[in-house]
Amino acid sequence: MKEVETEAGDYAAAFERLRENPSRFPAWIEDLRRRALEQFEAVGFPTVKEEDYRYTNIAPIANGEFQPTIDFDETRRRARRADISSLIYDEARGSRLVFVNNVFSPELSSTEAVAGDIVVEDLAEAIHGEHAAMIKNFLARGAETSGDDAFTSLNTAFMTSGAFVLLPKNTETKMPIHLLFLTDATMSKVATFPRVLVIAEPHSRATIIEEHKALNEDAAQSYFSSSVVEIYVDDEAHIVHYKVQREAENAFHVARTRAEVGRASTYNSTTINLGAGFTRHNINMNLRGAGSESWIDGLFFGQGTQFADTHSLINHREPHCTSHQSYKGVLNDKARSVFNGRIFVHQAAQKTDAYQSNKNLILSDQARVDTKPQLEIFADDVKCSHGATVGQINLEELFYLTSRGVKPELARNLLTYGFAEQVVQKIEVESIKRQLDEVILNRLHTTLDA
Amino acid sequence: MLEIRDLHAKIDNNEILRGISLTVKPGEVHAIMGPNGSGKSTLSKVLAGHPAYEVTQGEVTFEGEDLLEKDPDERAREGIFLAFQYPVEIPGVSNAQFLRLAYNEKMKHTGGEELDPLEFKDYLTECAKVVDMNASFMSRSVNEGFSGGEKKRNEILQMAVLQPKLAILDETDSGLDIDALRTVSDGVNKLRSKTNGIVLITHYQRILNYIVPDFVHVLYKGRIVRSGGKELAYELEEKGYDWVKELSAETATANA
Ligand SMILES: Nc1ncnc2c1ncn2[C@@H]1O[C@H](COP(=O)(O)OP(=O)(O)OP(=O)(O)O)[C@@H](O)[C@H]1O
Ligand SMILES: [Mg+2]
Repeated sequence: MKEVETEAGDYAAAFERLRENPSRFPAWIEDLRRRALEQFEAVGFPTVKEEDYRYTNIAPIANGEFQPTIDFDETRRRARRADISSLIYDEARGSRLVFVNNVFSPELSSTEAVAGDIVVEDLAEAIHGEHAAMIKNFLARGAETSGDDAFTSLNTAFMTSGAFVLLPKNTETKMPIHLLFLTDATMSKVATFPRVLVIAEPHSRATIIEEHKALNEDAAQSYFSSSVVEIYVDDEAHIVHYKVQREAENAFHVARTRAEVGRASTYNSTTINLGAGFTRHNINMNLRGAGSESWIDGLFFGQGTQFADTHSLINHREPHCTSHQSYKGVLNDKARSVFNGRIFVHQAAQKTDAYQSNKNLILSDQARVDTKPQLEIFADDVKCSHGATVGQINLEELFYLTSRGVKPELARNLLTYGFAEQVVQKIEVESIKRQLDEVILNRLHTTLDA
Repeated sequence: MLEIRDLHAKIDNNEILRGISLTVKPGEVHAIMGPNGSGKSTLSKVLAGHPAYEVTQGEVTFEGEDLLEKDPDERAREGIFLAFQYPVEIPGVSNAQFLRLAYNEKMKHTGGEELDPLEFKDYLTECAKVVDMNASFMSRSVNEGFSGGEKKRNEILQMAVLQPKLAILDETDSGLDIDALRTVSDGVNKLRSKTNGIVLITHYQRILNYIVPDFVHVLYKGRIVRSGGKELAYELEEKGYDWVKELSAETATANA
């Protein structure tokens, strides 16, 4: 406990130093942040003694001496020099917000293709505009529901910028919206707190790409990124959400995604965890309106000593909602994964259709998986199923491929690729898919290009 | 080209093949018939090198070389092809990707010319015509969600792509509609040549009207109990397998 207290102290000091930057926030945000800091100080980082962190030791984060960036001007200067051309998706060329170490970079961003009343803007900017009241309302709601989650509090305490996306009633954007959170950790061990607020009003439609990546990855020191993403999908709105996590190998990535899904709407998300030595993702979904539908898919492709822990809670609160969750893990070397998926069907949620699966492919005898899908059902007329598998390459499949002349090693790689591809191929933004394929095939030392 | 001598094989300690001898010469088509569970698929998988089967006795040579000591992929590259009775689904890997890899592996081995994705696409389109398969199947995952008949067609497509010397077709006709049966048979006949051999496993005489065999063998309880020309197929159709079972009993007593 001792180090943890010290660390909370460090964050308090950083919080004070951050105030030396001229604040661009109204007083109510400063209040919200101060309360969040107090909340964080009161709870401290979770320990392995807590059930939710049983497999997940975050001591390295608590002891890691990570510090939020204080010098915004220097960060902006460095950001301006950054070359992000390889990180730009063609489809989102003119609908992109880029943040470096919590600092919004107008130079790296481009929103020229964002048309009409749709807002894609730095939160720190938007908060002064016409949507201030709305933002206040939603941020407060988020703070309320986050409970005593230390990472969320910490994120709020250090919220100096963020992505704000507003899709007004009946609006639709064909261009996916790319929210790119970069960490430059070449100078020091950085703590960074990406923040996203998406509000999809009734009958709106958009695709959001949330991406986390290191700048100058090879020179990066270990860093700590802890994001909070809140998505409000109102009635009959349709949101597709891709999360691409490609942090540096030595990074710690902690994330919280919360989605509130309204009546007859859809929220489809795909999370791809390829980077970071340590990943913890908390998903909290609330199906709040009748007849909503949601797919929550994910892939973790782990190698070396990578660790990824997904804790997911899907709340069915209203009748006739569908949730399909399919999470996959590919684990090589000494990689480890934890999947803890709860589906909670409230009494009112009759005719719920919920499906959850966690399939893992183990490529090495030193890899490890702890998986625990759980169903808690309080309605009586529902269709729910769940399952988890941990297995190796299927020998019949392997024989089939080798019987066509493909060498066994290549056949194994092809099957592994196919396993991962089942998640990746659902991504409808072609250049993301291509990039992910490349990363995955690279890890398998295989080329395909067909 | 294929010489099987007194082949015995077991799986999980059950002896399934109990002394099979069969010679396939270039240009020949051999049909193998026999009741369910007699060991037809076992024979085909042993020839293709399935690792679950253990050969306990006998030998197999292909073009003069010991086949049994080779791995499945090596056998394939040297020209053996098995059309599976139950083709396997490979989700996430497209037909085109998989086939190009397989094709190029084979070309590497035989010293032929490897094809890049574009060239291969043209080649694949040509091959697909042979089995009357729509181009959309090429970008779909291998066999995933294919209907029973589509899977069988896909096997023959693969055969057309890989141009094997010896094709073993395990009940490729089962599950095909009448038109598809004709198309697939045409495809197989196109492969038929003076240098290639075909082993055709089937339950039905019908396909033998299209792919006319030089020999018909009856497999029962892991042994070939009767061999003959194509008229043997008619005889079987007429008399059923009870007749064969009696034959087998006779052979067994004779052997005892
Ligand atoms: N793992 C196993 N353990 C024991 N017996 C097995 C095993 N696998 C297959 N067999 C048996 O081997 C026998 C031969 O099977 P095979 O699939 O070769 O038959 P087949 O002649 O192809 O039949 P069908 O006409 O139905 O396709 C069957 O009786 C089957 O049950
Ligand atoms: Mg069979």
